[in-house]
Amino acid sequence: MAEAQICYRADAPVNATAASFADFTAGSNAAAVRIEPGDDARVLVPHLGQIQLIEVNFPSFGDGRGYSAAQIVREAGYTGELRATGDVLADQFVFLRRCGFDSFAPDKPLDPQEIEAAEGFFPHVYQTSSDGVAAIWALRHKAVS
Amino acid sequence: MKILTGNDLKTGDVVWWAGETEWSRHLADAQDAGADADAILEREEAARRVNASYAVDGEVTDRGPMPLHIKERVRAFGPTVRPDLAINTSIPIVKV
Amino acid sequence: MYQYDKYDQAMVDARVAEFRDQVRRRLDGTLPEDEFRHLRLKNGLYLQLHAYMLRVAIPYGTLSGEQMHMLAHIARRYDRGYGHFTTRQNIQYNWMKLEETPDLLADLASVEMHAIQTSGNCIRNISSDHFAGAAADEIADPRPWAELLRQWSSFHPEFQLLPRKFKIAVIASPTDRAAMRLHDIGIELVRNADGVLGAKFFVGGGMGRTPMIGPCIRDFVPAEELISYSEAILRVYNRYGRRDNKYKARIKILVHELGAEEYTRQVEEEFAQMKTLGLDPPVAELERITAYFADPAFEQGLSDEIDRADPDFAVWVDQNTHPHKVPGYAVVTISLKPAGGIPGDASADQMDLMADLAARFAFDELRVTHTQNIVLAHVRKADLYTIWQQLDGEGLASANLDLIGDMIACPGLDYCSLANARSIPVAQKISERFADTGRQRELGELKLKISGCINACGHHHAGHIGILGVDRKGVENYQLLLGGSGAEDVSLAKIIGPGFDEDGIVDAVETVTNVYLGARTDGERFLDTYRRIGVNPFKEALYG
Repeated sequence: MAEAQICYRADAPVNATAASFADFTAGSNAAAVRIEPGDDARVLVPHLGQIQLIEVNFPSFGDGRGYSAAQIVREAGYTGELRATGDVLADQFVFLRRCGFDSFAPDKPLDPQEIEAAEGFFPHVYQTSSDGVAAIWALRHKAVS
Repeated sequence: MKILTGNDLKTGDVVWWAGETEWSRHLADAQDAGADADAILEREEAARRVNASYAVDGEVTDRGPMPLHIKERVRAFGPTVRPDLAINTSIPIVKV
Repeated sequence: MYQYDKYDQAMVDARVAEFRDQVRRRLDGTLPEDEFRHLRLKNGLYLQLHAYMLRVAIPYGTLSGEQMHMLAHIARRYDRGYGHFTTRQNIQYNWMKLEETPDLLADLASVEMHAIQTSGNCIRNISSDHFAGAAADEIADPRPWAELLRQWSSFHPEFQLLPRKFKIAVIASPTDRAAMRLHDIGIELVRNADGVLGAKFFVGGGMGRTPMIGPCIRDFVPAEELISYSEAILRVYNRYGRRDNKYKARIKILVHELGAEEYTRQVEEEFAQMKTLGLDPPVAELERITAYFADPAFEQGLSDEIDRADPDFAVWVDQNTHPHKVPGYAVVTISLKPAGGIPGDASADQMDLMADLAARFAFDELRVTHTQNIVLAHVRKADLYTIWQQLDGEGLASANLDLIGDMIACPGLDYCSLANARSIPVAQKISERFADTGRQRELGELKLKISGCINACGHHHAGHIGILGVDRKGVENYQLLLGGSGAEDVSLAKIIGPGFDEDGIVDAVETVTNVYLGARTDGERFLDTYRRIGVNPFKEALYG
């Protein structure tokens, strides 16, 4: 299990060993599962109710498959902890958050000041994503109440 | 010989390893890195004295050290189609 | 053209601040190069053969006079007095300094410009028809749709680390002036049976190492589903595009390996779910953007008369102007291909002149074409002569549009560390050999495209005549290809035999044009004759 350095959840990070994707899909009752870039996150969708922690591993920051995995489980209604592990860097932090990650277990500790700076640059977003933040087009066309 | 080249981090200028911790904008100053090429590149990159550096084969000529491949000769010369922007017009582009 | 509101401006300003901070961290050593590289690429900053190179975005090739003046200012202040217009409608500067780039980006932001996502494994500049808004054959202006996609793709959190780069083109006429079928996503706006405007999607086109023509995967996507449908395409690519081999990582490989039918099935499956997620802006947003592209205040009832007394002017009118949808107006193409010149390059002075002409004569709007020229889309015929005289004074009046002199050439080994051979000297020699305008016009439409390496930035696969520079044991060598087209009659050019040296390829081009002249029947372009008589007459003439 990769321990979370940063967690945005109200409750404490889940402290459970994540089953491998293969073990989980073979029928383990684990409440925590780990996805590698080549694993199909959609396979987890019917089981999301029993899962408390999904670890999405980034062996290399340049492999962006984990972002889609995160979006898929959040879109399917997953409300548990979604933890990014591995080669997780400050300059991708905002994108990871937008895709639904709320917990981070990086190989190299993240610098809190860099995270704070990264989160402060962009006042708006152009597209709807798993974080639920209103896109600029929504701000432009707010219904007049 | 092994010629080491890279770019100055701040300015992007093409530079050539001139021995020890020196990087020169002039190909004529290039030293033979020999078997130490990889170790030198690693050290110099880590110290941020050079960026995006790599080694190429070269030879000593009567015009000084000269890369064997046309790409590095264009790198030393400057764009051949803009002689007004050339860095060093004495570099022969086409090997004879 | 589109104008930023406070939100758009805030986003480009934020990007400048973010990049300024990233540069600071790179220079003080906190951020190593292997983490910084993709961040600077996401702001268009390459490390190239001679220096840093910056690719500034010109969204769908449209810019104002003020913006063109800024490009001239950038050339003077930060570079060596010139820029290079590219085959994706952007501009490149070759002599950038990393430490100055944040200030440069701030200057660009002050006129609603940026270099966002012009490189990196993300969605790049969305290209379009350079005659948009002026051509009589378009069913609508494609650029509002391109703008909607531009905003959607900018800083998209899920698609920042794709297997590879991603290029989108949007057109809205049966005539393809943007090589749409050779893009990762190509969109043609069409009307359905009820007359409603929608997007026909082609996916998996591209050039490079393995050129492919994109198949149609959906005949009609309405405006209110454009974004969620595009998301589905990108998500399938992000999840399943190859990441094991950089040369097999584009979406065209995925579409080819799955087959168009299976790829489409996966997209439709993803789309069925994504269209319920509230990803699509309301149609009001597209309408808001479209309002910026309304017709300028055209004068009505203008004369179509042109005084052709000056023979050089008359030739330029015939060659470099196109009919406009409004009587009395014309579409002007400014050639950046003078004989012996560097295709696509413009000096700061030339940029300033073009900007002035746009402000005075063209409703302050210019376009960059993917063939490296500049267009003034709405010009009164009465003003053509004055414009031509001004262009002529700055070497911008070559009357060679779509002729052999109007060749595309990538920067090649003179500038690019990816290149195997120099392309510009070949272009110069060919344009000098064919310098005589009369000779060029005799040959007629002849699209010559030159790439310095297999990455095909010079679009050689789409050339009626294509030239590919290769490295043959350390010596530059040039392969000749024939029969490509990036227009609606899209086809991929074929290599016809062993390569040539630099002088040899120039002679080879002349030889094949002579074969054409000898064999053509009435009205046939070079491409038509080639398609009719096949490759053998050309092979025989070249290789005996």
